[in-house]
Amino acid sequence: MPYERQITLTRMRAGQSGIVVHLQGGRGLVSRLSALGIIPGKRITKVSSTLMRGPVTIEVDRARVAIGFGMASRILVQPNDESTK
Amino acid sequence: MKILLMGNPNVGKSVVFSRLTGVRVIASNYPGTTVSYTRGETKLGEDTAEVIDVPGTYTLEPTSEAEEVALEMLRTGDVVVNVVNATNLERNLYLTLQLLEKGVPVVVALNMWDDTKHLGIDINLDKLRELLGVPVVPTVAVTGEGIKELVENISKAASPRLPVRSRDERWAAVGSIIDQVQHVTHRHHTWRERLSDASVKPLSGGIIALVVLAASFIVIRFIGEGLIGYVFDPLFDNLWAPVLTRLSDLLQGGGFLHDIVIGRLINGEVDFLQSFGLLSSGLYIPFAAVLPYVVSFYLVLSLLEDVGYLPRLAVMVDTVMHRLGLHGYAIIPTLLGFGCNVPAVLATRILESKRERFIAATLISIAIPCAALQAMIFGLVGARGAQYVVIVYGTLFVVWIILGVILRFAVRGFTPELLIEIPPYRLPLWRAMLQKVWMRVSGFLAEAIPIILGAVLVINVLYFFGIFEAIAHFTAPVITNFLGLPEEAVTAVVIGFLRKDVALGMLAPLALSAKQLVVGSVVLAMFFPCIATFVVLLRELGVVNMLKSTGIMIAAALITGGILNLVL
Repeated sequence: MPYERQITLTRMRAGQSGIVVHLQGGRGLVSRLSALGIIPGKRITKVSSTLMRGPVTIEVDRARVAIGFGMASRILVQPNDESTK
Repeated sequence: MKILLMGNPNVGKSVVFSRLTGVRVIASNYPGTTVSYTRGETKLGEDTAEVIDVPGTYTLEPTSEAEEVALEMLRTGDVVVNVVNATNLERNLYLTLQLLEKGVPVVVALNMWDDTKHLGIDINLDKLRELLGVPVVPTVAVTGEGIKELVENISKAASPRLPVRSRDERWAAVGSIIDQVQHVTHRHHTWRERLSDASVKPLSGGIIALVVLAASFIVIRFIGEGLIGYVFDPLFDNLWAPVLTRLSDLLQGGGFLHDIVIGRLINGEVDFLQSFGLLSSGLYIPFAAVLPYVVSFYLVLSLLEDVGYLPRLAVMVDTVMHRLGLHGYAIIPTLLGFGCNVPAVLATRILESKRERFIAATLISIAIPCAALQAMIFGLVGARGAQYVVIVYGTLFVVWIILGVILRFAVRGFTPELLIEIPPYRLPLWRAMLQKVWMRVSGFLAEAIPIILGAVLVINVLYFFGIFEAIAHFTAPVITNFLGLPEEAVTAVVIGFLRKDVALGMLAPLALSAKQLVVGSVVLAMFFPCIATFVVLLRELGVVNMLKSTGIMIAAALITGGILNLVL
């Protein structure tokens, strides 16, 4: 299918997985995230989010990383197809 | 020979360190920075080698001061023991590949090897050795498994001098190695992981945070009071008091020397809290009133740290902290402040922007009472009833929030966002934990005792010559009319600049009402940082910001004290 649905990390549901497609940000953001293994092509799973635009926790390579809301909203993810879940 | 332990944060590096080294471990600051590291010695056959626990780093392209220090230290090492988390090979290998590009001999310790089995991770060790071109030793530092083999392999450390790659190329190389050596099968979520996830979810996480904080508080109180009641008070009362009484007789119960060494007798006897001599209160306050709480505080904090709870707390409080112009990570220096404001202000270095560091340091020195001060608050204010202690803490908390909100809008700049790894919950290694507690407690003693003795001496000399009466007259209108405290309390406020616990101790003989004690404690807590904190603030913030911070403190203390005086 040529159509690809991409959403920001903040809009994913807890428990949903997907592939990171793009980091929308400058060098600083990209290097901080990639140091933690969050790079395009990586499979991640959202663990939880917190109330009132708090940080989002994800699982990446079996490690858990908490990411501030603003930063998380700049991570574009292609979620797994809903039907396979 | 110099052996560097390097690796990502939370891979058990410090535990490997504690396994390799003996008891003689020194914590130092890296010159020109406040990044601290520990070093010790280990036996390599006949020789002794220096072992350095380098601050944890994800990459050699520094994104923080700690990572810059790690890079600097790399230039001085003879061998690198790269501690790798076997359960998270993908991310850890990125640093390994960077190290292999540097030309320094490397041994890889594949730590947490036992966890790979029940996580369903299968790693082909021979293939990994072949691809990396360096020795790879599986270890379980917590149990000591593999440490002997690791030491044996240090002499076999090698450097394949890989060509320098770009970030993308390196990640691609990591991916290719992973494909060849690692096979992950289905696994069950362990109870630790479930608990781990529960502690960052909104509802369960909030409940867990409250339970953990309440339990910590109760345990700290329990151990602290236990040590005071069953160890230190009996020691002072039964062994030290008779010595002082005899000494007092020798000095004929009065005079300049008596006043300085033993202090004033209360009802003809030495009273450890009220006499205020070098050998009476000067020893009692640091050892019997404060040390027990310092010990129990650092025990609990180190436990929370080693179990891995603190990053979760940072996630849970992030939203609140943003309202104060900080982010969740600032909770860690803040918690440290409950032990001592000095390391707390130093720890604000982990915050990235100047603005955050200013806000965090100012809030800590105003609203976070250190263990020494808290011990005195419990001792003096608590004696009048628990509700007064609650008022003191409640006031400080409200001040923390209100001032934080004001500073958030008043201080320009922006606050970067939270980005932290949440390590799995782990059982701590007691030896490593107690080593850390010991380092912190001895740090307290070395820092506090000279200042306390000096403060008591200075007070007694000034007191003897009536200097304080002059100051008291001068500032009396503010103290008496505005804060409702007696003139003599001025001395305490002045002394608060040296040591706050000593200052609060000076309120003891004044026969204050409960309300006056509450006002006095709050004002002392907020008014001025102690001399040690003052120096660190000056160093961390610079003169201008230090003056601003101090101005805020004085204003906030007077306003809060005035309001309390009116309301109570």
